[in-house]
Amino acid sequence: MNPSSQSSSPTVVADAARPEAGPGVRQHPTPAAPLGPGVAQLLRGWGRTAPSFGRLVRPEDAQALTELLATRPSDGPQGGQPAGGLIARGLGRSYGDAAQSGGGIVVDTAGFDSIGPVDPETGIVEVGSGVSLDELIARSLPLGWFVSVSPGTRWVTVGGAIAADVHGKNHHRDGGFCSHVTSLTLATPTGTRVVGPDTDAELFWATAGGMGLTGVITGATLRLTGVETSWMVVDTERFAVLDDLMAVMDASDASYRYSVAWVDFSPGHRGFGRAVLTRGDHATAGALGPARRERAVEVPHAPRLRVPVLAPRWLVNPATVRAFNEVIFRRSPRRRPGALQPLASFFHPLDVVADWNLLYGAPGFVQYQFVVGAAQAEAVHRTAAMLQAARVSCSLAVLKRFGPGDPGPLSFPMEGWTLALDFPAGQERLPALLDQLDQLVASVGGRVYLAKDARLSPELLAVMYPAVGKLADVRRRVDPDGLLGSDLTRRLGLSGAPRE
Amino acid sequence: MNDAFGRPQSVVVLGGTSEIAGALVDLLVADRCRTLVLAGRDREALTAAAARARSGGAQRVETVVFDAADVAAAAAAVAESFAAAAEGVDLVVVALGLLSESPADASEPSRVVELITANFTWPAAAIGAAAERLRVQGGGRVVVLSSVAAVRARPANFIYGSAKAGLDRFALGLSEALRGSGVLVQVVRPGFVRTKMTRGLRPAPFAVGPEAVAAAVLRGLQRNEPVIWVPPVLRWSFVVLRLLPGPIWRRLAPK
Repeated sequence: MNPSSQSSSPTVVADAARPEAGPGVRQHPTPAAPLGPGVAQLLRGWGRTAPSFGRLVRPEDAQALTELLATRPSDGPQGGQPAGGLIARGLGRSYGDAAQSGGGIVVDTAGFDSIGPVDPETGIVEVGSGVSLDELIARSLPLGWFVSVSPGTRWVTVGGAIAADVHGKNHHRDGGFCSHVTSLTLATPTGTRVVGPDTDAELFWATAGGMGLTGVITGATLRLTGVETSWMVVDTERFAVLDDLMAVMDASDASYRYSVAWVDFSPGHRGFGRAVLTRGDHATAGALGPARRERAVEVPHAPRLRVPVLAPRWLVNPATVRAFNEVIFRRSPRRRPGALQPLASFFHPLDVVADWNLLYGAPGFVQYQFVVGAAQAEAVHRTAAMLQAARVSCSLAVLKRFGPGDPGPLSFPMEGWTLALDFPAGQERLPALLDQLDQLVASVGGRVYLAKDARLSPELLAVMYPAVGKLADVRRRVDPDGLLGSDLTRRLGLSGAPRE
Repeated sequence: MNDAFGRPQSVVVLGGTSEIAGALVDLLVADRCRTLVLAGRDREALTAAAARARSGGAQRVETVVFDAADVAAAAAAVAESFAAAAEGVDLVVVALGLLSESPADASEPSRVVELITANFTWPAAAIGAAAERLRVQGGGRVVVLSSVAAVRARPANFIYGSAKAGLDRFALGLSEALRGSGVLVQVVRPGFVRTKMTRGLRPAPFAVGPEAVAAAVLRGLQRNEPVIWVPPVLRWSFVVLRLLPGPIWRRLAPK
């Protein structure tokens, strides 16, 4: 491809200045120049570790995306070097390297931003893949509809939610995000297809949690959940030890629609393992007092606080981590049934501060989330013991129960316990500790969540996701040349031309 | 790919037969590294180092022979190493070096050229070529073995120190120039390292083994440190040592 053919491409947002070839005119720093359109940019995940330089392209419509998928990466200027793959990116909320592709093309889905009418009978709505859950909720909530599955932040796109098959606090009851997708439009290197659980189920489920390896999702039809108000009725309970918490979750989670527990795994104090369990459901109009009935439906507001700059690397340290967790515990009531809470503070507590990931400073942070079977509660206890022994600082820990998983070969949820752990990334003992946790999780048939992952080894991926071969079958059909891929899929040995 | 902790899967080592490189490779292949290219002068030593890496867990090990006196061929050696890796390269380690403990070497122009070339000119040309390849590929790391002698040389090793000073400054400057490109150049400044290169010399305070240097490099990769001191105490020691008046330095620095 030469520069003149690039300029005719309809997908060009702005072409970063590229030096002419030849000696003497090169300047540093110049943007990386894998051939292709778009803006050369350093991209990273929410954890801010392992950035890479790729070309960010924003197709304005399906036609532009089709043309982009029809271009094949030619050899780089030095020849023989593999070009990075093509991968979709929404709001960049995956924690690791899932939505970036060094030397490749990253497709920004923001152009697919349509929100169709919500069917007043069924709650079915057609949306573009670049629509954020925040935008969708803002549109649907006044009509009495809420997303059927909401992760811990509203700042994810519909496309990203499908590609990671995200889950919410109601997974034990309602399953993952893709259980509420009735169809999706997928642009693949071999053409655009509309698929659903009943039409090409194989491709649909390979896309659900498929981390972008089957194509670029451009739109989806979702089934929303009817709600009468934007309030939640919440029961809160505090626990001194992990055992008591898990016993209560085991016994009575089934009677709540939403349930999640925060656990204090900050190191080196007697409160290690204490927890706060919050469970609830949407409040009916009748449950609101007269004062609140006035504002029964309120759309969540944008964050009012913002972390303005990258924090110094010492800010998140064992002392501040412990203090933060102490505050969470102290401000939670010992036991409070039936409290009314706005929807946003129940589902998206961290969304009140924009760019909170900058608090971790230059080293960034990693989240380690795993799931083990319901009979493997012991693995959660062993994890706690390993955390305590390693004296690694864990800034945030969240425990919840999953219901049965989806058929997606790379979909994360499966019935059992899931634990999500946030860590400042610069801790010396952390890499080895997480490798040990991988071994533990794999040995009991569990798996780690790829949307959070930034450090799993390819050897263990195949153990944790034994159905991964099914994804390769689908990819032979939709991406025979191995055009699609991200830093994550390269790291895990998932991309490249699918092997026979 | 480099993971969140800067752990590479595919590594090129220039100067792959040095003891520090060997210790580093041991740790890298025990971790995530599966593809390894060892480049060096001595074919036999390279073969031995490759066998050691394979038994340590590397799946594919290639060797490349180069001559550090041939500056014009530095870029070609880098190109050959990248081609041998046959996939993206995550980390390039630059570990070659030639020690001189004889101030008399300065009176021999050919010896001066040899020392400066092996310690500065060839590595600098190679680092520049490697960094450019990493930039085009969308990211990666270069780790450059410098020395505390780059900060203040002992009277006996000033030729070596002067070359390392040039290399050290070159690497840091390049790292700065490449900010925002996804390429990170990191400098390692060990103190006295007990290796075959330093055999027979009186160890300086805070002397370490090659394994300590390797462990420090892994830590530095994880923490994205621009300058990795080994042992870490030297970072603060040299704040003082570099400013010591000559008469005191001459007494402290081993001949």
